[in-house]
Amino acid sequence: MIEKALYGDKKYWGWLILLGAVIGVGTFFYLRQFSEGLGITGLSRDVTWGFYIAQFTFLVGVAASAVMVVLPYYLHNYKAFGKITILGEFLAIGSVTMCMLFIFVDMGQPFRILNVFLHPSPSSPMFWDTIALSGYLGINALVAAVTLSAERKAVAPPKWIKPIIILSIPWAVSIHTVTAFLYAGLVARPFWMTAVLAPRFLASAFAAGPALLILLCLLLKKLTKFDVGKEPIEKLAVITTYAMCINVFLVLMELFTGLYSDIPEHVSHFQYMFMGIGEHTFLMPWMWASIILAVFSLVMLLVPKLRRNHTVLAVASVAVFMSLWIDKGMGLIITGFVPNPMGAVVEYSPTMPEVMITLGVYAVGALLVTVLYKIALGVRRQLLDH
Amino acid sequence: MGIDRRKFIKASGLAALGLVSAAPVRLFGQHDSNMVDTTTPASPPSDGKPLVGNRWAMIVDLKKCLHEEGCTDCVAACHLTHNVPKFDNPKDEIKWIWKEGFHGAFHELGHKHLEEHILHSHVPVMCNHCDSPPCVKVCPTQATWKREQDGIVMMDWHRCIGCRYCMAACPYGSRSFNWRDPRPHIDKIDPNFPTRERGVVEKCTFCDERLAVGKLPSCVEACKAKALVFGDLEDAESEVRALLAEHYTIRRKPGLGTNPEIYYIV
Repeated sequence: MIEKALYGDKKYWGWLILLGAVIGVGTFFYLRQFSEGLGITGLSRDVTWGFYIAQFTFLVGVAASAVMVVLPYYLHNYKAFGKITILGEFLAIGSVTMCMLFIFVDMGQPFRILNVFLHPSPSSPMFWDTIALSGYLGINALVAAVTLSAERKAVAPPKWIKPIIILSIPWAVSIHTVTAFLYAGLVARPFWMTAVLAPRFLASAFAAGPALLILLCLLLKKLTKFDVGKEPIEKLAVITTYAMCINVFLVLMELFTGLYSDIPEHVSHFQYMFMGIGEHTFLMPWMWASIILAVFSLVMLLVPKLRRNHTVLAVASVAVFMSLWIDKGMGLIITGFVPNPMGAVVEYSPTMPEVMITLGVYAVGALLVTVLYKIALGVRRQLLDH
Repeated sequence: MGIDRRKFIKASGLAALGLVSAAPVRLFGQHDSNMVDTTTPASPPSDGKPLVGNRWAMIVDLKKCLHEEGCTDCVAACHLTHNVPKFDNPKDEIKWIWKEGFHGAFHELGHKHLEEHILHSHVPVMCNHCDSPPCVKVCPTQATWKREQDGIVMMDWHRCIGCRYCMAACPYGSRSFNWRDPRPHIDKIDPNFPTRERGVVEKCTFCDERLAVGKLPSCVEACKAKALVFGDLEDAESEVRALLAEHYTIRRKPGLGTNPEIYYIV
């Protein structure tokens, strides 16, 4: 099956070479970080987690969102998703791999990472997150491989895989819940200590993931002859719309609780995020852009006539994805640390090496998803040719 | 955490033995023994009997603390004893004990009409060696733990993977990370105490290595105003207990339930 990834046109190879080049640049900067230490990042004593951990948090959501196609197809027998289920699973594989890489590049002592297994600490959410993520990667890899190879042979998938597919549904929910618990239980960080963090993570994930899947489907239709059809794309658009509405609702809940109660330790974080504190305004333009993109996307998504137009849908999906990326990939983690527990405002912004390493990891994910999609589409085309 | 650490380590050590049979000696050698070993000087003074306490605590008498003169003897002594590096860029800073403005140290207690000398005071702050330390709970490798015999929150630099979860969890900003190689930034390396490498977290350990040879923490010893008092909280006859009984004392962020063991007389 894997050999399908080795036959492609010039565009395919050009794209892979481009990704390879970005990975190369990322690796160069990672080696620099490896020899000099995390001092080359913008992180400090006060903001100890930044861009890497934020990307990890965002991508856990993209990974978890595969459940939005797996669940209707396998649990409700929604046939229209038959063609895209494998795409959702492969996207999850790519995302979880990126998550793990982001954690890896964030470690001060990457070669000691096995200590998490050698000295397991069940009181640490990080221990459970490690288990949840690696388990999810395993489940998706297994399910995708088994169902795709069954498809290639034009036979029904074996019966034993069904319970594992069903297991992948709560497991997907668990990876984002446990990731939220990484933050939500810390007495030191009032900004994260909210019961709505896990539900908010899930809502934003179920909007951002399907939005990305819509874009990938539209792209595949344009670049290859593979057309998933109108119905699944429209269903994904509806899922994105609902999830985005719930996400915006939950964000408003957070704002009410934080701002109405007016407890300084809560308000100060929101103030930093949206208004800036003194001359410290790094996040402000980003957060307002996120809000504008969210509202803009909702207008397009909520009107059925607009949503059904694929050009408008593509624009709306980009807006959803960008809005949520800013919210998680920029805002959430950094704001948790600003102001610090002493009330001092120490700002953080990623440095050039940090951004390059991040792009490198994203390129690894894109490469993985490209190759996996190539294999999936190759198998499909072979069936059509026969 | 209700788990007996030593038992737990033995169990995980056995499990690890099964997993990596290549490295059992090192695993046991490093962690079956008391962790004091890694930080104790090679040949401790023979006269020093270890200081023994059931719950170490410190009292900072802000009335005595010479903040107005900008005295930082405690900071200098601690950082010298423990090979704490100095970085020019505050981003890379490492500090075990430092002076924080009253408003920063007692973030929710300050108001603008406080007594002048309190409002402008600089409070020595360090690791609080909490009874319920949030940093210990979150560490994914047990590289930091609360010592059973005396409650000191310890740190194993050899096991730390540098994830900095403990720093995110500490409500007092008491932990530092080696963003860069610290060694070139240490003015004068004291061979009696280990230096650290980049990529690990470090913090104050109540001078566990000095207690082991019968000495008081170096900050206490260095304080010319005798503003820092160290002692066993469970010894009814101790000086710390007498001070606590005589004075009204405050702690940092008591509402969080971490039970810090640094008390301040204001």
